[in-house]
Amino acid sequence: MSNAFVGLQAFLLKSSGLSLDKEKKYLVEARLTPVIEQAGLSDLGELVTMIETDKALAKKVIEAMTVNETFFFRDRQPFDGFRNFILPELIKQRMRQRKIRVWSAACSTGQEPYSLAMILDEEARAMAGWTVDIVATDIAETVLKKARDGIYTHFEAQRGLPAQHLVRHFVKRKDNWVINQNIRSRVDFRQQNLMADFSQLGVFDVIFCRNVLIYFAPDQKRDVLNRMAQRLAPDGYLVLGAAESVIGYSSEFKPHSDNRVVLTRRSAPAQAEPLRAGASLEQARSAK
Amino acid sequence: MKNVLVVDDSPMIRRIAKKILEELNFKTCEAEDGQKALAAVNEAMPDAILLDWNMPVMDGLEFLISLRQLPNGGSPKVLFCTTESDVKHITRAMQAGADEYIMKPFNKQIVKSKFEEVGLC
Repeated sequence: MSNAFVGLQAFLLKSSGLSLDKEKKYLVEARLTPVIEQAGLSDLGELVTMIETDKALAKKVIEAMTVNETFFFRDRQPFDGFRNFILPELIKQRMRQRKIRVWSAACSTGQEPYSLAMILDEEARAMAGWTVDIVATDIAETVLKKARDGIYTHFEAQRGLPAQHLVRHFVKRKDNWVINQNIRSRVDFRQQNLMADFSQLGVFDVIFCRNVLIYFAPDQKRDVLNRMAQRLAPDGYLVLGAAESVIGYSSEFKPHSDNRVVLTRRSAPAQAEPLRAGASLEQARSAK
Repeated sequence: MKNVLVVDDSPMIRRIAKKILEELNFKTCEAEDGQKALAAVNEAMPDAILLDWNMPVMDGLEFLISLRQLPNGGSPKVLFCTTESDVKHITRAMQAGADEYIMKPFNKQIVKSKFEEVGLC
């Protein structure tokens, strides 16, 4: 393994928690060659030396190496869980405050928080008078810009998004689809490195952190999960990706009985009146 | 194995669509216009129909309206697959009884996602 590759590994681990194994050499080549060329450098070794002191270049390297694969309603199950039991349970639990806070961590180009916003829009009648904050964060400014713009290509707008949602929540502009203001205004996008302190974001009732921890080294995974536990209300929900688990990394969470990708805090207060899965929001409100 | 009828006047589109659908484990058959598609569904009703809009003899919308009036015509999932890509066309298709809408050009991810949406993948 070259010194440059080892240097890059150390830099990514320290700066973004990204665990880069030696089998990913092809990925480094594919993603960093344009950065090297654009910076007028000759190879990876020079790039690794430069990022020690050049913060803008370091940022470009992190952005290029971060995986940004996402689409609307990806994997469906977490969104079904959000609609069918997380929201009804929270409505019951937060009847006095009438406020819910949701964090979409590592939101990439915005499809996840906008999918949540679409669900909330559809449940607007049942949630009249409620305040729902959706805070969506990512390490990379370039993807956040796209997320804030809410402009999606023909391919992005069709992947995972039912046609009914497309016509209801988007307008067509030239060859792209633009998310409407009603949905866009429900999401507050912010730049946030998960390796850095995120306590300023406040406490959340739901945290979506999907398909990101799989790229983290074990120590970083432990650290992020334990700090997330501190940002989650005692009766809140953590939603992970289908291939992710907290086993061996955090004892703060336990799986929810109705949905395997949804976790609750181990210290969660016992529910006096459990709601059945699939109970409607109207039922939840009347179950007060 | 579920059956999908691919209706499109372009042999190339039919070939690409069939290849993608077969990779997704569907059995496929094809028709080159709405009238031939009607004859095909009268013979055997498929589980789903991938339907172009603009075709000679009978277009996709006319076919869909006729299909939904047949005794078992409500059963197949109909997914439009067309270059018509504006809100007006999508809305018109859904009102006429389409279950999903694919805008060309398409790829395997989009086809898979839309067939998942109608519960067939």
